[in-house]
Amino acid sequence: MENIQQQFVEIFGTEWGSMLFSFASNMTFIFAIVIPLLLGVAYLTFAERKIIAYMQIRVGPNRVTFFGIPWLRGWGQPIADAVKAMMKEIIVPTGANKLLFILAPVLTIMPALAAWAVIPFSPELVLADINAGLLYILAMTSMGIYGIIIAGWASNSKYAFLGAMRSAAQVVSYELAMGFALVCVLMMSRSLNLGDIVNGQQGNSLLNWYLIPLFPMFLVYLISGVAETNRAPFDVAEGESEIVAGFHVDYSGMAFTVFFLAEYSNMILVATLTSIMFLGGWLPPVDMEPFTWIPGFIWLLLKIAFILFFFLWFRATFPRYRYDQIMRLGWKIFIPITLIWIVLLGLIMQLPESIRSSFPLNIWF
Amino acid sequence: MNFQDILFYIFSAILVASALGVITVRNPIYSALLLVLAFVTCAGLWLLLEAEFLAIALVLVYVGAVMVLFLFVVMMLDINLDRLREGFWKWFPFGAVIALIMVAEISMVLMGKYFGLEEMPTPRPQDADYSNTRELGRLIYTEYVYAFELAAVLLLVAMVTAIALTLRHREDKRSPNPSKQVKVRKEDRIRMVTMPSEKKE
Repeated sequence: MENIQQQFVEIFGTEWGSMLFSFASNMTFIFAIVIPLLLGVAYLTFAERKIIAYMQIRVGPNRVTFFGIPWLRGWGQPIADAVKAMMKEIIVPTGANKLLFILAPVLTIMPALAAWAVIPFSPELVLADINAGLLYILAMTSMGIYGIIIAGWASNSKYAFLGAMRSAAQVVSYELAMGFALVCVLMMSRSLNLGDIVNGQQGNSLLNWYLIPLFPMFLVYLISGVAETNRAPFDVAEGESEIVAGFHVDYSGMAFTVFFLAEYSNMILVATLTSIMFLGGWLPPVDMEPFTWIPGFIWLLLKIAFILFFFLWFRATFPRYRYDQIMRLGWKIFIPITLIWIVLLGLIMQLPESIRSSFPLNIWF
Repeated sequence: MNFQDILFYIFSAILVASALGVITVRNPIYSALLLVLAFVTCAGLWLLLEAEFLAIALVLVYVGAVMVLFLFVVMMLDINLDRLREGFWKWFPFGAVIALIMVAEISMVLMGKYFGLEEMPTPRPQDADYSNTRELGRLIYTEYVYAFELAAVLLLVAMVTAIALTLRHREDKRSPNPSKQVKVRKEDRIRMVTMPSEKKE
């Protein structure tokens, strides 16, 4: 690294050289995050189809393989799907607003990828180690809604518009519960920096993870995360049985695929955030010899895969919520629970040290 | 000119252009989206001023929540440009006065050297581990706690008022009660009737 920086300085001069070097190294880092992420999205669709198939006693995709290798049956499916999507024509409907119609998928994928900038994969492995990391994540995820609203409006179709309206109302309502759940996390860790949040969960074992003291918040966050990503059972924005496919009914080819990519990368993002904030991020479950041999980002990947499995499991298990039930769950159940929990947590944290230390089995406060 | 200056000029150019766009474009949807762009670039400018908490809060609150609802409403309205232009001359004097006040304020900021700006030295850049969020929180909850709580109560009152203004009790309204629905048992809904099988005559 040092040598490369030296060469940049020699070629471009001191100021521009170091600037160009940091630009180049950041770009490399960004590609190192985004390309595995997109591959992960491709194979998440495959995993979804396979897992749901097994839950429903089917086999799932089992035809496309790589070079005819029999034990890889089905593993070529996501690649084949991607190639097919790229070959298709993007049809712009009559009466659609062409500029916004094309802009909408871009606006959806942009925040879904940008949020990954502050995710710590291990103590050193983080692109932007900023102090307000948690706020940045909240800001980025709240911007994803624009793509959906604009897509619904620009398509000039009633079904698409209905889907966009539903999605907007749903995402705005669940964002509040999600934000309040995260307020509890940052009260425990006393920091907005994601790396510090993971470090705050350091201890002997998984009992130190925020999952245990903040268990209700974990549930609220996970369920709000499912609602935020418009996944089943909260997928009224798509609702193929009522409004065909919701906001992306008029999209085809790559434009549709970009929405698809954004949805799945948002799923992976929510799973990652859940593992960072409640499941100890890169920390091993027990701080002992055989567990600490495995590098941190493998632990993080395992936790992400565990949470992602829940997403697929929910989809295979639950029927779709009715719209008024979704709103009731968000406003009348989650927000009061989180508000009460915040006050309770604040009271516990403000108790005098002597009382707090007298709690039995207390390792968190 | 270093990199930060270049960023500043790029952000300001986009900000000014999009702000002009908000008031000049015909389509209200474009106008709302340009306002979103203006907020985002403004957040970029604030980041250059090391106010990262305020910048992200601007994106989070205005872009993430307020403008979404704005777009929501604008998209559902039936937009009639002639009706929008109707009271233009009637309201023009008010608009002109507000515009003049804003121009005066901005020029007071820009021409600071005539108003004793040299008494306020340029703030020194903070260290990398300086937490803008923590400092802001400390100030809000110690020095400015009364003002802050007052603002919070004002917002709460406004919220309650808005709900109270739109709340209407309808006599014919029927809505399901989920707790009742959950409490329902088999015995409440199903009546088992034993019917002996009959012989065909």
